[in-house]
Amino acid sequence: MTQEFTALAELMHDEVITHSLTRDITLVSGKKLVLLTLDNGLDHRKPSTLGPNTLLELKSTLTALSERAAAGEIDAVAITGKPYFLVAGADLSAVQRLNDPQAATAMATLGHQTYDLLADLGVPTFALINGLSLGGGLEIALACTYRTVSRSAGALGLPESFLGLIPGWAGIYRLPRLIGPEAAMKVIINNPWSNNRTLSGAEAFELGIADALYDSADFLERSLEFADEVLTGRREVTRPNAVDPADEAVAQRFVDAADQAQAFIDAKLGGAAPAPYKALEVFRQGIGRTQKESAQLEIAALTELMGTNEFRNTIYAFLDLVQKRGKRPVGAPSSKLARPVTKVGVVGAGLMASQLALLFVRRLSVPVVITDLDQSRVDKGLAYIHGELDKLQAKGRMSQDKVNRAKALVSGSISKEAFSDADFVIEAVFEELTVKQQVFAEVEAVVSSECILATNTSSLSVTEMGRNLKHPERLVGFHFFNPVAVMPLLEIASTQWTDESTVATAFALGKALRKTCIRSADAAAFIVNRVLLRLMSEVQAAFDEGTDAKTADNALAPMGLPMTPFTLLAMVGLPVAQHVTESLHAAFGERFKVSANVQHLIDAKVTKVWIKDEQGQQQLNPEAVAVIEQGDQPSSAEQILLRVQDALAEEIGLMLAEGVVAEPQDVDLAMITGAGWPMHLGGITPYLDQVGASERVNGRKFHG
Amino acid sequence: MSANTPVAHDSLAARDVVFIDGVRTPFGKAGEKGIYHGTRADDLAVKAVKALLKRNPEVPAERIDEVAMAATTQTGDQGLTIGRTVGLLSGLPKSVPGFAIDRMCAGAMTAVTSTAGGIAFGAYDVVIAGGVEHMGNHPMGEGADPNPRFLSEKIVDPQALNMGNTAENLHDRFPAITKERADRYAVASQAKLAAAYEKGQIQPDLTPVAAKRPGEGWMLNTVDEPPRPGTTLEDLAQLRTPFRAHGHVTAGNAAGLNDGATAALLTSGAAARELGLSPKMRMVSFSFAGVEPDVMGYGPVPATEKALAQAGLSIDDIGLFEINEAFAVQVLSFLDYYGIDQDDPRVNRYGGAIAIGHPLASSGVRLMTQLARQFAEDPSVRYGVTTMCIGLGMGGTVIWENPNHKDFGSKA
Repeated sequence: MTQEFTALAELMHDEVITHSLTRDITLVSGKKLVLLTLDNGLDHRKPSTLGPNTLLELKSTLTALSERAAAGEIDAVAITGKPYFLVAGADLSAVQRLNDPQAATAMATLGHQTYDLLADLGVPTFALINGLSLGGGLEIALACTYRTVSRSAGALGLPESFLGLIPGWAGIYRLPRLIGPEAAMKVIINNPWSNNRTLSGAEAFELGIADALYDSADFLERSLEFADEVLTGRREVTRPNAVDPADEAVAQRFVDAADQAQAFIDAKLGGAAPAPYKALEVFRQGIGRTQKESAQLEIAALTELMGTNEFRNTIYAFLDLVQKRGKRPVGAPSSKLARPVTKVGVVGAGLMASQLALLFVRRLSVPVVITDLDQSRVDKGLAYIHGELDKLQAKGRMSQDKVNRAKALVSGSISKEAFSDADFVIEAVFEELTVKQQVFAEVEAVVSSECILATNTSSLSVTEMGRNLKHPERLVGFHFFNPVAVMPLLEIASTQWTDESTVATAFALGKALRKTCIRSADAAAFIVNRVLLRLMSEVQAAFDEGTDAKTADNALAPMGLPMTPFTLLAMVGLPVAQHVTESLHAAFGERFKVSANVQHLIDAKVTKVWIKDEQGQQQLNPEAVAVIEQGDQPSSAEQILLRVQDALAEEIGLMLAEGVVAEPQDVDLAMITGAGWPMHLGGITPYLDQVGASERVNGRKFHG
Repeated sequence: MSANTPVAHDSLAARDVVFIDGVRTPFGKAGEKGIYHGTRADDLAVKAVKALLKRNPEVPAERIDEVAMAATTQTGDQGLTIGRTVGLLSGLPKSVPGFAIDRMCAGAMTAVTSTAGGIAFGAYDVVIAGGVEHMGNHPMGEGADPNPRFLSEKIVDPQALNMGNTAENLHDRFPAITKERADRYAVASQAKLAAAYEKGQIQPDLTPVAAKRPGEGWMLNTVDEPPRPGTTLEDLAQLRTPFRAHGHVTAGNAAGLNDGATAALLTSGAAARELGLSPKMRMVSFSFAGVEPDVMGYGPVPATEKALAQAGLSIDDIGLFEINEAFAVQVLSFLDYYGIDQDDPRVNRYGGAIAIGHPLASSGVRLMTQLARQFAEDPSVRYGVTTMCIGLGMGGTVIWENPNHKDFGSKA
């Protein structure tokens, strides 16, 4: 029977196997239960996962147990995990290797065959959800007859659709029937696409995923007592949320829930990634079908999805970039070279400066001093920081003691003398080179020669800022993204003078601030803004040439970017965007066109291209229409998409050639963490390879 | 009055100290082959406390005034003020305090008596007292640094720091206690425990413990690991005497090295009344006494003498004995002193530590839990004793009264 999976097993010859360890247990009543522990033998830093060899071992173990059940030797089987984990889900590095459809089908089928044993073992099966249980891990639990969950079980969920798959080991079939279609859609669609939200043990219990909830301190003991009570008929399990879509009203609830989820995902993705839509399709088709029939649909869907670029890109983005590269930045000097930062100075007390000060004090718990030209601005900055701390306390994110401590650590001054004992001073003043040069000259006059000077500039030359410094080796670009508290990316830019100790300190500080740090050379706009501005410049140009606004703004919809170009423009603010574009134009020439129309809008004080009409429909802002002058050479949406793809391939190719970043992976990670670009594009360069832009423009692909 | 009828609270004085309930983990064999190899000591204690709370739902957790937890080696997973850590890890409210206590083998007994003192004084109403020892994680004497004056000034014979030697010394002092008698006592202990298990007298006060040995799956431990039912005199005669050549003390007539935890719930008479609890025992008196460290096993004799005197009772008033069996010889020296036959049915009805095991600081509460069950089974008995010997030459005794006895609470 395992013949068909031999090739699959060999494909993952180096899999870290999660073993199926069994122990025979006599419960207090005398009932015989076999407790199966899923354990990869490694500590809690290495979650147990499900690869083909793991599934084959589980399958053969369960097969043997079903034989013992048939022989009347055992009364029940329970399955649990090593401490802190039931199972973290499918082994993504294994799934990544399932390139041909045969292997993908085999893997999908193997999961079903294994889990079906749990669903029909001949004796009741119990999942004791002791810890993290995601994707295929939670589907193991769903296959069992009963479930208990630990109050501290951490993350539970079905994140597959976010990772380019569907919960296709029957999760998509069993969950809605267990907890109702509305809640199931939240778990299957809404949560994964809401910052990958997961459920706590208590939430899972409330939804009806588990039949009992116990403290972690005696979780297994209580769970086995539960099993004993169920087996001896002393406990009746009721599932008020469980439904059967054979009932017409229930079937209608399934349809409605799917429609709602569809509306949610349309708003998020606009159809740009296939997985959540495939999930909805299988969910809908499952209505009125048996589990075995649904399984065939699930296997077909998984096979299809595993063959898509979107899936491969997502795994690349999630596993290789966010999980690995994001945690171990490429090009960061040894952390041993980092110097301690015991006091931070922030030049400026405006919104950006205040956000920076707030982040520093929250994450570093060291004194932070903000300065500005007059006391009223300083007071306003401090009031903003205090207000944000109070909000965090109100939300329960910070205790009153922690808020008190943070407030006591933040101070303000109108004199830069306050920086005299700081180890790190960052400026967030107006984006004007001479202003920043002046600021650094003043700061350098009071600080030690070791104190790191950092700039949060988004488009100016760090090198030029350092030209007149006595100690330019301690100057570094330290570029955050708005909103500072939310966006994970930090671009760290060094000049020809910046020494390795300064860069190491910047990376160590970035890590302490819990940011994803990427090293960039000192080139105008560094990484993210250069890519974004090139994109916006092309769309703006197409508009200026005569393309109607709607076509221009929606031309990139197939990419599934988080917002349209004109929406982004409005969010950044037209004057700021224009200012940065001018800097880029000065640095790189005509690739970054300064739009006359944008200038008209700025001059007319129009802030938005789009407004909503009374029906809530997006409409061109008449004020904008009044000042805009378009050409007579419109482009089609397809032409604009192609133009943008080619422009991005060109720009990123140039960035690599200029040494702005070490590898295309850095651009991809930057676009994901700094601009929220989707994982199904792999950031951007895998997508550019797949649509042929890389070869069209650069003559070769970015990858392989 | 049947064993299951709640006691008439009228018989209780407000500051009486009553034993409400006791529970323990199954005991394991210390070492790499034992069931708790890979399990933390504090986790074992948490299992006992959680079980105690679950068995006594009438007691609101926030009413607990103290968690006294004993451990002999107070480092590592038995360190960090284990009474406090176990309270926190068991999910007790943070307002419930706790402390750690050590009197070697009598740790849990001392946890009970010191909190009992607090109850009688009015400082506490509800307490948890217990003990834990993971002798696999903490071999006996680990980290000890005996003062050189012990030797130079002949305060303690260094030999007396080894408990086996002190047991051999006791054989020297009482030549009437032969190896054959010790072995016979040990065989009886095994047999009595096996019978008690058979009758279901042990299991009700055990809480199952899930444990995961390295490289193995989770296991649920529901019974003690150390017992060797069916042990015969012939079996024991084969064993070597590790403490001296041609000696008396063997692995068969002594308690082993074990892992386990116990916990007991005690309250004032007033609190028992208020919360509607049914006391299983009332504390009559307690006493600790010292003897020469090199015959530490004799400690229960002076301790019991003192406790009886305080209670105004004589040994003849005692209907049940729960005496810890660190060594058979130590029990026999006690029985011989009082002229009690070694097969007397009043003594260790369920067998003792020779069969069950002796995770040092946890054992005191096991004695009490077993005595409480025997009280319920036998309302004809009014008074019982729990007693044990203690390293460095001490003994501890607690005298208890049976609430099921017809004269309970009346002034004797």
